[in-house]
Amino acid sequence: MSASFLQAASVDEALAALDAGARPIAGGTDLVVGARQGKAPLPAALVAIDRLDDELGSISDNPDGSLTIGSLVNHLRLMSEPLVVERATALADGAALIGSPATRNVGTIGGNVMNASPAMDTGAALAVLGATVHLRSASGPDRILELDELWTGPGTTTARPDELCVGLSLPARPPRSGSAYLRLEYRRAMEIAVVGAAASISLSADNLVETVSIALTAVAPTILAVEGTAALAGRAVDTNLLDQVAALASEQARPIADLRASERYRRHTVGVMARRALEAAAERAQGIKLGVPVNRNKGIGVSL
Amino acid sequence: MNEKLSYQVTVNGVAFDVDADRDANLLSLLRDQVGLTGTKQGCDDCECGACMVLVDGRPVNSCSYLAVQTGGRDVTTIEGLAEDDELHPIQQAMLDHAGVQCGFCTPGMIMSAHALLETTPKPSIEEIRIGLSGNLCRCTGYQSILNAIGSAANAAD
Repeated sequence: MSASFLQAASVDEALAALDAGARPIAGGTDLVVGARQGKAPLPAALVAIDRLDDELGSISDNPDGSLTIGSLVNHLRLMSEPLVVERATALADGAALIGSPATRNVGTIGGNVMNASPAMDTGAALAVLGATVHLRSASGPDRILELDELWTGPGTTTARPDELCVGLSLPARPPRSGSAYLRLEYRRAMEIAVVGAAASISLSADNLVETVSIALTAVAPTILAVEGTAALAGRAVDTNLLDQVAALASEQARPIADLRASERYRRHTVGVMARRALEAAAERAQGIKLGVPVNRNKGIGVSL
Repeated sequence: MNEKLSYQVTVNGVAFDVDADRDANLLSLLRDQVGLTGTKQGCDDCECGACMVLVDGRPVNSCSYLAVQTGGRDVTTIEGLAEDDELHPIQQAMLDHAGVQCGFCTPGMIMSAHALLETTPKPSIEEIRIGLSGNLCRCTGYQSILNAIGSAANAAD
């Protein structure tokens, strides 16, 4: 259309524009709002990728049990798509907490991941589900990155400017698995996580821990994967285990203090979120249906 | 960079040829170029929902959406709901249930409610609350608005 705005008709056309220095825009929920708040002006050249649904808008159930999620899939679809709700429930929990219906309609998972906010509601969920990010460029081979290889700080990633996030992969989960994401919030919509935590767990036939992963939201420069959970294998999901996970989360958190919460409050409450997320994940692993988002089932934002 | 771009956007079923700055938001396009001022500028920061419109039937905060991204798409504003002299059922219900005080949030509320009822024709009260969760009202306390939307849903068959 012009030098400053191109409506891409294909991923290849978008990649060529990125190679020439343009920046991508899908829904613009971060880019346009940020520009209007004065954080950063809109880039000199934009390439709109919002009509590439044929190439970037699918959720696929692969033969090996993994899920592939196109970068243009919006939060509304993530929270309601049965494949996601059943197999990546924490991701549905996170998507359902984002903004309002309008935000969830316009905002995309690719934009959320590449914006790299440590407070993003889908990030901890993707981390505990072992997501990898697919980057494509005009000049080189595709790159597939782990999340901790991608995110380097608030708003910063290792993606090159000519690379486009085309999607995410979530590996197959064992049977008797469950996941959940919770956040502490001061209001129920149009909110940013004060802190949050995601958990994923797989259980043996006698309900002992086989694997467990915990990741934390808004307590470090990036989404933070909790270390030391491998040692929990073989344990029952009881009060002792939940206490230990809450303590690990609080100890490893490196929160800031700001107008939303003090450092001490964030450190304490992220442990509470980790405990409740693991409890919810373990219930789901045992086949107990907890609605999406699970925040309400776990006592956060319940109507009086 | 604010190059003028020319494109066509369909608003309430009518095609408009527009020339707008690349960075123009949809709200300013609707109010200043198309001339429809029912869509309100509230917070102008994607928080309050006064600017809510539908793009291809789905809700969008028009203050924070690039106008150029609606090129070739269908935009519906509050002006597009009534048919001739007949208010849309949601508009009528807002009047009947006193869901309006100052009226500034009302167009956005109605557009969010419209989007909700298109996908969820018989919503629960909780679903209505979630459907309107991106819209702020500083007058009514919301209950009369919830009543109005619930009534509009119940009346439709």
